[in-house]
Amino acid sequence: MRASDIRELKIVIVDESPIRSLILEEGLREAGFTEVERIGEMHNLLKHIYAIDPDVILIDLENPSRDTLEQMFQVSRAVRRPIAMFVDQSDAASIQASVDAGVSAYIVDGLKKERIKSILDLCVSRFKAFSKLQDDLEQAKSDLEERKTIERAKGILMKAKKLSEEDAYKLMRGAAMRENKKIIEIARSVITAAEMFK
Amino acid sequence: MTGEAHVKIGFIPLVDAAALLIATHKGFAKAEGLDVELIREVSWANVRDKLAIGRFDAAHLLAPMAVASTLGLGHVRVPLIAPINLAMNGNAIAVSTALYAELAAEGEVAHPAQTARALAKLVARRRVEGRDPLTFGMTFPFSMHNYQLRFWMAEGGIDPDDDLRLIVLPPPYMVENLARGQLDGFCVGAPWSSVAVDAGIGVILHFGCEIFARAPEKVLALRESVADDDPSLVAALLRALHKGAAFVDDPKNLDEVSQILSRPEYVGVDAEIIRRVLTGHLRIKARDERADADYLIIGKDGAMRPDPRQAEWIYAQMLRWGQTRYSSEMADRAKGVLRPDLFDAAIDGAHSQREIGAFAGPSFDGRNYADYLASFAIGQRV
Repeated sequence: MRASDIRELKIVIVDESPIRSLILEEGLREAGFTEVERIGEMHNLLKHIYAIDPDVILIDLENPSRDTLEQMFQVSRAVRRPIAMFVDQSDAASIQASVDAGVSAYIVDGLKKERIKSILDLCVSRFKAFSKLQDDLEQAKSDLEERKTIERAKGILMKAKKLSEEDAYKLMRGAAMRENKKIIEIARSVITAAEMFK
Repeated sequence: MTGEAHVKIGFIPLVDAAALLIATHKGFAKAEGLDVELIREVSWANVRDKLAIGRFDAAHLLAPMAVASTLGLGHVRVPLIAPINLAMNGNAIAVSTALYAELAAEGEVAHPAQTARALAKLVARRRVEGRDPLTFGMTFPFSMHNYQLRFWMAEGGIDPDDDLRLIVLPPPYMVENLARGQLDGFCVGAPWSSVAVDAGIGVILHFGCEIFARAPEKVLALRESVADDDPSLVAALLRALHKGAAFVDDPKNLDEVSQILSRPEYVGVDAEIIRRVLTGHLRIKARDERADADYLIIGKDGAMRPDPRQAEWIYAQMLRWGQTRYSSEMADRAKGVLRPDLFDAAIDGAHSQREIGAFAGPSFDGRNYADYLASFAIGQRV
């Protein structure tokens, strides 16, 4: 593949998640695709796409506007007819991987198979990176929530039983070990009980 | 099928998935030895693709889409079969209050033939005045919504490909676009037209059943290979769906069914709206209601038994609107999508299907596509 082939390729990313589409755009640019545009606004979607006249359209599978794109196959007056990524089924694994990662591609007829594959593979890895990022963020959020709950339960015990912070924590940890539960569960019970005794 | 079979089924959150949702929720599938996992989807294209690559074992699908996939139209060819209908009808054509006022100024707006002629006059006038053509929304190129709109308009003398714009929009966006003035009307499944009426921005002009009396709307689709590999699984699934539909159709279950379907993991709209859809009792504009027992048909009068004539008729609509070319081989392939043989093997005593019927035009005969298509002034011929 010559470098000039890559540069000429125009790619549109249709995604309402600005962070994810940015991650994908960066990946494509790093891979040498310079003509990348992002559409995050779904109104007049087809009009925007026709104006850009892309070779490849990437869309996330959570996007209900995917059905709007399907209309492109019907419009006989369109200058160029895009085709679905499924048309060449010789690389079923790559197609399944992209559906599982949550992205779909529409490709203008005549594009070489290996180029499609490289774009799809890139999409898959970037979409996976994004969902890992999201999972990490969720995890961090719930870790923080748990720490706050444990702190609150500790405070309740310190006040009610006149304990030091360390002893309050030990008390909960001891209860957790005895009952074979997590310390967060004990902390939640302490808070519930304290609310009932109010 | 040995032991309990895990079956993944994709669906779009619509009231016409009722038989499937109730069959699963009420344990009819479990009783048949099926562990059904329902997966809610956001687009028809997703449903089709996940069915095609085997992520779904079966799916709630637009009947014309099952035919299109089998013929390889608009997409890669993936042969599907539909051994059961999930719904007949259920759509409505709604227009903006502004367009409704213009139509009403032309005269009576009760019958589709009257509204189609009135619409044609407005279309002609707009052209003379140099105004933008009207824009109507529908949900997919291979959908009953598309064919209902086109059939209706063409009866008034409108060529839907030249005289106005037809665009695909996800149903939740229809109402918003109508409010913004970017759409003048749409044809969509419940409850979206009711949402437009309740918001005071739209009027329901016609129920889908006023255009076609019994239009094949949704089917349960499977890959052809799945049906060949495991016929007992297909039979179990059909019995469960049939029981689900019977439960939905029993008037004494109306409240319970509406409540179940309203859950966020199923259709996710107000139970009262679902109740109205199921009983065919809709508000069509301010202080005006319309009732039609055929507004949405789930299982009554043997509606679930698929009839190959329905697939032929769908193929004829595709031909009329230039979505494909005629060949006797394609016609046979289309016909083979609907599988009454599988239905009959699983379910006893089903009635035969009545004609689809339309408010105008000839009755359809699958042995003669040419005469059927030639009888319309607008549309392609063979």
